[in-house]
Amino acid sequence: MKTLGSILFSVGLVWLQVHAAPAVAQGTIKIGELNSYKVFAAFLQPYKKGWELALEEVNAEGGVLGRKLAIVSRDDNGNPGDAVRAAEELLSRENVSFLVGTFASHVGLAVADFAKQKKVLFIAAEPLTDKITWQNGNRYTFRLRASTYMQTAMLIPDAAKLNKKRWAIVYPNYEYGQSASAAFKALLKKNQPGVEFVTEQATPLGKIDAGAVTQALAEARPDAIFSSLFGADLARFVREGNTRGLFKGRAVFNLLGGEPEYLDPLKDETPKGWYVTGYPWYAIDTPEHNRFLNAYQKRYGDYPRLGSVVGYATVMSAVAAMKRAGSLDSEKLVAAMEGLQVDTPFGKITYRAQDHQSTMGAYVGRTASRNGRGVMDQFHYADGAKFMPSDAEVRSMRPRD
Amino acid sequence: MSSIVIQFLNGLAGASALFLVAAGLSLIFGVTRIVNFAHGSLYMLGIYIAYSAIGWASGSDGPGPMGFWGGVLVSAIAVGATGALTEMLLLRRIYGAPELFQLLATFGVVLVLKDFALWVWGPEDLLGPRAPGLQGSVAILGQAFPTYDLVLIAIGASVLCALWLLLRRTRWGMLVRAATQDREMVGALGVNQKWLFTAVFALGSALAGLGGALQIPREPAQLLLDLSVIADAFVVVVVGGMGSVPGAALAALIIAEIKSFCVGIGQLDVLGFTVSLPKLTLVVEFIVMAIVLVARPWGLLGRAPGPQRVFAGGHEQPLQPAVRSALLAILALLAAVPFIANGYTVVLLIDILVFALFAASLHFLMGPAGMASFGHAAYFGLGAYGAALLVKAAGFPMETALLSAPFVAAAGAALFGWFCVRLSGVYLAMLTLAFAQIAWSVVFQWDTFTGGSNGIVGVWPSPWLASGSAYYYVALTLCGCGIWLLRRIVLSPYGFALRAGRDSPLRCDAIGIDLVRMQWVAFIVAGTCAGLAGAIYAFSKGSISPETLSIPLSVDGLVMVLLGGVQTASGPVVGAALFTWLQDTVARNTDYWRALLGGIIIALVLLFPQGIVGFIRQRFGRSGSL
Repeated sequence: MKTLGSILFSVGLVWLQVHAAPAVAQGTIKIGELNSYKVFAAFLQPYKKGWELALEEVNAEGGVLGRKLAIVSRDDNGNPGDAVRAAEELLSRENVSFLVGTFASHVGLAVADFAKQKKVLFIAAEPLTDKITWQNGNRYTFRLRASTYMQTAMLIPDAAKLNKKRWAIVYPNYEYGQSASAAFKALLKKNQPGVEFVTEQATPLGKIDAGAVTQALAEARPDAIFSSLFGADLARFVREGNTRGLFKGRAVFNLLGGEPEYLDPLKDETPKGWYVTGYPWYAIDTPEHNRFLNAYQKRYGDYPRLGSVVGYATVMSAVAAMKRAGSLDSEKLVAAMEGLQVDTPFGKITYRAQDHQSTMGAYVGRTASRNGRGVMDQFHYADGAKFMPSDAEVRSMRPRD
Repeated sequence: MSSIVIQFLNGLAGASALFLVAAGLSLIFGVTRIVNFAHGSLYMLGIYIAYSAIGWASGSDGPGPMGFWGGVLVSAIAVGATGALTEMLLLRRIYGAPELFQLLATFGVVLVLKDFALWVWGPEDLLGPRAPGLQGSVAILGQAFPTYDLVLIAIGASVLCALWLLLRRTRWGMLVRAATQDREMVGALGVNQKWLFTAVFALGSALAGLGGALQIPREPAQLLLDLSVIADAFVVVVVGGMGSVPGAALAALIIAEIKSFCVGIGQLDVLGFTVSLPKLTLVVEFIVMAIVLVARPWGLLGRAPGPQRVFAGGHEQPLQPAVRSALLAILALLAAVPFIANGYTVVLLIDILVFALFAASLHFLMGPAGMASFGHAAYFGLGAYGAALLVKAAGFPMETALLSAPFVAAAGAALFGWFCVRLSGVYLAMLTLAFAQIAWSVVFQWDTFTGGSNGIVGVWPSPWLASGSAYYYVALTLCGCGIWLLRRIVLSPYGFALRAGRDSPLRCDAIGIDLVRMQWVAFIVAGTCAGLAGAIYAFSKGSISPETLSIPLSVDGLVMVLLGGVQTASGPVVGAALFTWLQDTVARNTDYWRALLGGIIIALVLLFPQGIVGFIRQRFGRSGSL
């Protein structure tokens, strides 16, 4: 008897799948978006607000190609397998024209390869891994954010200028941290021959043993420290380091450390004078950013995080591509993306034809504490275009299409 | 010299933090035998509540001592109450269910609490204040050491003493110890188990809350804490010996000190190789657990558990003709799906088929063989990586790789299983977890071979299988054969011998069955089938990553088996289908999908304490058992 349940269940399942397919609103252009909303909520909730704002603006101006724009969003659960399934669903059931989104590098790479297999455009919004546009680059994948290599390179001029001899390195033990550390060491050696790397601490992501790591770094007696920690690991490290006096008299560089997502939680604990990449939304004074900031604050009553800019710029990139292509055909969209210029809150960016990497940059500056809040001080905008490897190097890394 | 002392103190502070979480879990585990996944969530709740309570009590210049310690206390009490409520409203209703079933309920609680925390406290990390009066550091041998860490060490030691006195010097403690050894005997002697269990749950949860709250000056409250703490806490409990509080303390000390010195020593040159010890901290607790369990099957200070008198297992019967034809009808329907449904149904069904085989292979271990595995994803992942690497590194054709990959998993299962079958019960399950985590960490770290944390991309089927429906038929055939094979084995003489071993090891021994070897073979069979599922999965996704060997996938497998019903062979298939479909549907339709999924699981647990298929069988009689 109990198979009856199984039969009913299977029948019901098939029935639901057949009949649950939503009606497609006629004339609407649909973009598929997927991201790890629950796993990386701190970054991705503002990100979602960012793309929702962009979507509203685009539709208020009449949409794209004379049609309204809609974004169908899915949670990929931070897992490449689920992400590929969500992407399949967006393409085959929601009939989206192309895909955007993703946060974690491994998810981004999996979806990029899926896009290549399905011959559909994919704009990777946030994943930082260099591989997505270089070693594993493909014809259908473009990436918005400045990669790990680019952001590391943005810190090199300041690091080389200080001319410190002994460096200690601490990084979260996975691809992002490993690439950042490798890029930092290689680039600094090139700019400052004779530099010495005295210790390296690879800490499990989200589980740094901050006391022990701080002590181990102090014992190596470095002149300067390069860290690519972020999130809870960074907060623990900063607190232990402050208590134990690790940062006294030492230059510290922290990739991503100035992003509001990671800087704000530090509050009065914010260390002074660290060199960081980030997003000082409170002090950027350019027309394009002021416009974005006002619109965002008016819409949400909250200030934007870096994720908001990424979400906003992702949709703007997609819209610009569709306008330029004048079509939703994948090949035409890909052709339009190559060399595409997009206006973003950070100014004009270009999706490079040679590697599909955008030239979106980041702000580089020093941390400071103001009224019990962490801020970025003495900052400047580092244009991504200036922190790329040479075209020859890119060609040798990137597979031929 | 000074650095050794400081790293030792760092280790002590870490051990104290670890012990506080684990002590509560050990008490709960020892007495109720519930694998309480929600313990990490209670810890997370502790740090969040403390953050709010301290913030509420703070003046403009931060909290006073009353505000800070009062907030910590409030948090411990609130979390203790939450735990007691969970026990009374949820777990108490399902103590009669098969072993491990309560795990499913606590999994639902984890999902609900996670979304609850997100809803109340928002997504951003919340770094709390430092403890008033203990903000700074003291100089020890010329090195700065945080004052608060010294206090934390003292608190850990005091809690250990207090618990020891409670357990040794009070009547209540005696009952707890008695229940840890033999809870049925305690019940038979007229002790009100309900209140004993509730009290243990309240105390254990309060300790978790306290452990969380005390971390306020050391780390931010954030939403990933629950899962990052729970595995460590279980490791400490099992290494120490279930139900042994001093054992938990000893295990916490060993693990925290080893971690601390791994970081302190840094790079090590051994025979010309450079070993990076800090990288080892990723997995060191699981290595310790594997070594301890292989050497001492009941943990450092644990004892062999009392005899289990509840007859746990059911048995399978050959198919009745009516059921057989119904099955054929389902198969025919499944075969017709590509013609009648849209493309995504096929994609989702491939996932369902893969997880059905995965769950069926786990059920083969849990049901007929009576061995729960908490690390079954290892074999799934080995199969997936085997398939990808055979194609990418060895240059095999995709078809050959798909069919050879299960043997990679079989090899892994043979190796790990050889050690595991020498243990029993939860210790066995935890050893499987240890091996799975070790395998995961190797895959995660070995960039040049496995692609490290990024995994391997570009693992697609051959062109003739590239269309969704062609690959669907491959998946249907292989998964169908795998499930059929597992069932054949259960009904073979070998399957009967396995079951005999599960139900009465002593008699089994007396008849002359080599139980250890039987169970070892069961491990290899289950591993092979899980590996096949993994290989099919890899080619259906085009890429694989270390997630395929990680704890969450192992947990998903357990959830599927328990959801369907551990005592029925079709249970895991139904459970896998239901869980995969639910996750897919729920995630699409709501923002707080995790809470909804958790709520549905809790509802199913309360409605169907035998699992869904178990319920149907119970309700409609045993005829035609599938």
